[in-house]
Amino acid sequence: MIPIEDKINTEVTLAGVTFKNPVMTASGTFGSGIEFAEFVNLNRLGAVVTKGVANVPWEGNPVPRIAETYGGMLNAIGLQNPGIDVFCKRDIPFLKQYDTRIIVNVCGRSESDYVEVVERLADEPVDMLEINISCPNVKEGGIAFGQQASAAEHITRVVKDKAKQPVIMKLSPNVTDITEMAKAVEAGGADAVSLINTLTGMKIDIERQKFALANKTGGMSGPAVKPIAVRMVYQVAGAVKIPIIGMGGIVTAEDALEFILAGATAVSVGTANFHNPTATLDIIKGIESYMRRKDIRDINDLVGIVK
Amino acid sequence: MKFDEKAIVISQNKLSDGIYDMWLETCNIAEYARAGQFVSVYTADPSKLLPRPISICETDSNRLRLVYRVVGEGTKQFSEYKSGDAVHIIGPLGNGYPLGEARSPILIGGGIGIPPMLELAKRLRGNIFAADDMMGDVTECENISIVLGYRNADTFLLDDLKVYGDVYIATDDGSLGIHGTVLDAIKANAVKGDIIYSCGPTPMLRAVSSYAAGENIKAYLSLEERMACGIGACLACVCKTAGVDEHSQVHNARICTDGPVFDSREVEL
Repeated sequence: MIPIEDKINTEVTLAGVTFKNPVMTASGTFGSGIEFAEFVNLNRLGAVVTKGVANVPWEGNPVPRIAETYGGMLNAIGLQNPGIDVFCKRDIPFLKQYDTRIIVNVCGRSESDYVEVVERLADEPVDMLEINISCPNVKEGGIAFGQQASAAEHITRVVKDKAKQPVIMKLSPNVTDITEMAKAVEAGGADAVSLINTLTGMKIDIERQKFALANKTGGMSGPAVKPIAVRMVYQVAGAVKIPIIGMGGIVTAEDALEFILAGATAVSVGTANFHNPTATLDIIKGIESYMRRKDIRDINDLVGIVK
Repeated sequence: MKFDEKAIVISQNKLSDGIYDMWLETCNIAEYARAGQFVSVYTADPSKLLPRPISICETDSNRLRLVYRVVGEGTKQFSEYKSGDAVHIIGPLGNGYPLGEARSPILIGGGIGIPPMLELAKRLRGNIFAADDMMGDVTECENISIVLGYRNADTFLLDDLKVYGDVYIATDDGSLGIHGTVLDAIKANAVKGDIIYSCGPTPMLRAVSSYAAGENIKAYLSLEERMACGIGACLACVCKTAGVDEHSQVHNARICTDGPVFDSREVEL
């Protein structure tokens, strides 16, 4: 047991960027932090990973956009976002008021969409870019780049060529072998990978005899998907050298620690924010008390030690 | 101001078939609440992740009254809470009804859209303020008409509402009041007013919206949609708007944050 007066290190480094702790928000579940700031002291977070932003505003999908499932949920928001201009004027200055890292999630329908956003962000005070090639809810772009290794490698190379900040490629679990995708983006020059995005699912309302979501299918998230996500993080950790941000159903510190032990340097908390607005803070505290209880002075000593 | 609280159940009663009445003791939520706002209620069961948005029926200093319909497993669990149980809630959420413009308002509630009409009627009588209310957002309406649509004669909140205005009733099966819709009740009773406040199912709100347009009076509609975060971050609960919305620069207002109350001319139902 490490006494409370002794310091422990929760700082982690990804592609040369240091984070005060490994706990981040998962894109799409936390906006740009503006709404959650009434409940969560953003200064305590390792990073805020923003909702995906495109070159122009996107309308998103028709409603209903979400449905609850057992231990999880489906969403088909369709990447509604205000476009990069409003985002740079409003969301980045908001986040700059806080002592936390800013990771901007970038979405696009085509190669040039991604490039336009990445170039627009080049001189903005953001710490890293997360490239969304794995959204299951938009027809063009998104997932199209994330389900074929050659396309994933290509878009990574295109983005890396223009990006001024380190690039995280966000991977889809809706593939036959996620390690092939991880290796492809590593070959394309990615500085890190984040996984998993949501799993494509479906729910049918038997009373109305209709799909629960207007989009018919949606991305499944929440604690029900966690074992799949932990397995995929473990596989990717064995396949690539670049660091991993692990996510998928993290609700508690214990969940987060599973991902770290499986090989994730950092973790993202997503759907749990809907169940408990202060989930991120509870997880940070829980990781610290686990470290004290297990005599772990540096969180980096836990990363990927279960082999 | 929004608060994340463990509220304590004071009482729980069944009002009619499937309709429950729960009073909660809160630290701040009740005192900051306005008519037409809602709270997000979390279940104690982690297999049900999403909070249930429930409209505020009434406040009394630090006490909050929720009258809700059991529609699934989550609300069924709420109905089983007993006095002394802790309930995780956040609120008050959403914008609420603007009060200052009303002189002779018509309040229209359909089904589980009836509960928010109680706090609204009380505030329109001018005897309650929210803790952060600026002076001036208060009226003392003399003539309040309250039009209620129920499925049948198994009503709820009727006596509570009669205290604050003239009540007119429509039922789906004709077992009480006018046989028909709330608009049938308005026409049959020649109800007149200069502003409409409404909450209820979408077909009712659509009818209210076109009635108000025909009468050339302003109508406020309280909308409902599936929500995840309840605070404006997830963009699940949007509705189509006439103008470009401020958040996403498209035509999608967030019901949880920009609403749930909208001017009928601003939204497309």
